[in-house]
Amino acid sequence: MNTPLIQIRGLEKAFSTNDSWLGQWRFKSGKLTRHQDSVHALNGVDLTIYKGETLCVVGETGCGKSTLARVIMGLTEPTKGEIDYLGHRIDHLNNRQRMFYRRRMQMVFQNPYASLNPRMTVYQTLSEPISFHQPGLSSVQLDQKIDGLLESVGISATGSDRYPHEFSGGQRQRISLARALSVEPDFIVADEPLSALDVSVQAQVLNLMMDKQEERNLSYLFITHDLAVVEHFATRVAVMYLGRICELAPRDVLFRTPKHPYTQALLSAIPRLDTTSADPIRLIGEVPTSTKKPSGCVFQARCPYANQRCYEASPAIKEQPDGSSVACHAIEEGRLWK
Amino acid sequence: MKYPRKELIQPLSGSRWNHIVSGLIGDKLAMLALIVFVFYCLVALLAPLVAPFDMADPQFMDLMQSDIPPRWISGDERFLLGTDAQGRDLLSVILYGTRLSLTIGICAVLIQATLGICIGLMAGYFGGRIDNFLMRCADIQLSFSNMMVAIVFLAIFQSMFGMAYFQQFAMIILILVIGLTEWPLFARTIRASVLAEKQKEYVDAARIMGIGSRRVMFRHILPNTLSPILVIFTIQIANAIVAEAALSFLGLGMPATQPSLGSLISEGFAYMFSGSWWICVIPSVTLIVLIMAMNLLGDWLRDHLNPRTYKD
Repeated sequence: MNTPLIQIRGLEKAFSTNDSWLGQWRFKSGKLTRHQDSVHALNGVDLTIYKGETLCVVGETGCGKSTLARVIMGLTEPTKGEIDYLGHRIDHLNNRQRMFYRRRMQMVFQNPYASLNPRMTVYQTLSEPISFHQPGLSSVQLDQKIDGLLESVGISATGSDRYPHEFSGGQRQRISLARALSVEPDFIVADEPLSALDVSVQAQVLNLMMDKQEERNLSYLFITHDLAVVEHFATRVAVMYLGRICELAPRDVLFRTPKHPYTQALLSAIPRLDTTSADPIRLIGEVPTSTKKPSGCVFQARCPYANQRCYEASPAIKEQPDGSSVACHAIEEGRLWK
Repeated sequence: MKYPRKELIQPLSGSRWNHIVSGLIGDKLAMLALIVFVFYCLVALLAPLVAPFDMADPQFMDLMQSDIPPRWISGDERFLLGTDAQGRDLLSVILYGTRLSLTIGICAVLIQATLGICIGLMAGYFGGRIDNFLMRCADIQLSFSNMMVAIVFLAIFQSMFGMAYFQQFAMIILILVIGLTEWPLFARTIRASVLAEKQKEYVDAARIMGIGSRRVMFRHILPNTLSPILVIFTIQIANAIVAEAALSFLGLGMPATQPSLGSLISEGFAYMFSGSWWICVIPSVTLIVLIMAMNLLGDWLRDHLNPRTYKD
């Protein structure tokens, strides 16, 4: 259980906002200068994903969750930092060198209506990766494998000659999962796979994912907005804010005693049936767009406990006695503890 | 409840074709245009069988029978549409001319499409510098009038290699010139659709599988961008035929021994005011009807394949 599968160290990603070369030149007080605006989506993320666990990443829109997923999968190049898979560094590999890890790591996407090629039948969609990674397979074996895969995600094998638009959203998401499983990975990144689905269908897909985890000892990096799903599904939870992880804790610890002021605010926003007393903590202001690298703590602008130190130095993530890790000066100094 | 297998509706592979066919049946104008186009294609294909005279026959050209008006004027049973200045049967010449014009049009557009699709896919998919470079090339190409490029190129070729040599290869050269000058139209359209498709997650999914960029471009993205290509394809064939006709009219196209519709019109134009109007007018009408049918077909396809244009 405690073998680290993926280790991420100091991951940073900045997107340039003026991407044409000509657009980078400006006249500034009579001089022609080159300057590049960029949005810092990730500002130094450290994260370890252990074998067999489900790490849920939560955070509000624009905090870099999806960028994290895309960087891990190699869809976007990181600006800085390292990603290791079982001790092998993978972030700097080219396509050919990465091929081995492609089989080990797969992804399920958010939008089931766009993640399957509309002009390919289910059979084609599934057979392409299988025959690509296992070219030795005979056509009979291939057919058997695809039938088995479809069966295992609850789609009847007779549906394999249909096009994606003939399926419902939940079915399509299950086909996406089947595609990810087709190369027998041991790590799956799921980027909000449930957000486009009905609640009843969400449960179906979620249960299927949990079954598969048990069956194949998968590890998940599960990105979501939905804290109810997190509570149901996660082993550990990472809370992200503006491209940094501000709290990382086992699920029970996080939901029982949230420590970081942002986590507290986030959790207080869950509507509860059992209590009516708890007022949600209101955060003032909006998430700043991170065009400049933030100085100090990323949360300083909205944090009710911020002091001078928070404006100046970025807090490092520190382990707490109960197993959670928090990046906050106020907790370190004991200002926050009641 | 279980359905017997036979009752399942089998997937129809070409849903796009079904969509087009079902739309065609409902639209009379489009149907008419299609029938006209198919008729032209058939006639062009079967020209050697259908034509009353054989072009290769030395008897075909008979100056004694030049300038005979069409049958309904002259009453001459042999020549339905009359004869031209060299005494050739106009109907046969037009049939062969249509064959040539269509061949040149379709081949030229095939070259345009191949070039345009490859360049557009690359520009859209790779983006960045490659995109900038390729699209600036397209801009440069578009900033010259296609006609001008063709005229300059053909004129240089004629003067360099001589008329005899040119006449021998006229068809291939025309196809190449028309084909190579108009690729930016395809490239731009494809690039625009690729930019839209590239955002979609199925492309990411394919990349995560480790599938190479060439396969992603041609197998995953291209089939999803085919609708606009189909539209441009029909309209561009019409344009290529017109371009060929114009070049032939200017004396830079097909030689008189192998007349296309354009060179027929050009030849007949000289006799226009000497009373032999049919030599010019009949090939013109043939050309105009063909171009109109193709344009109607292209316009209809564009409207039909674009879900955003609603008709009421």
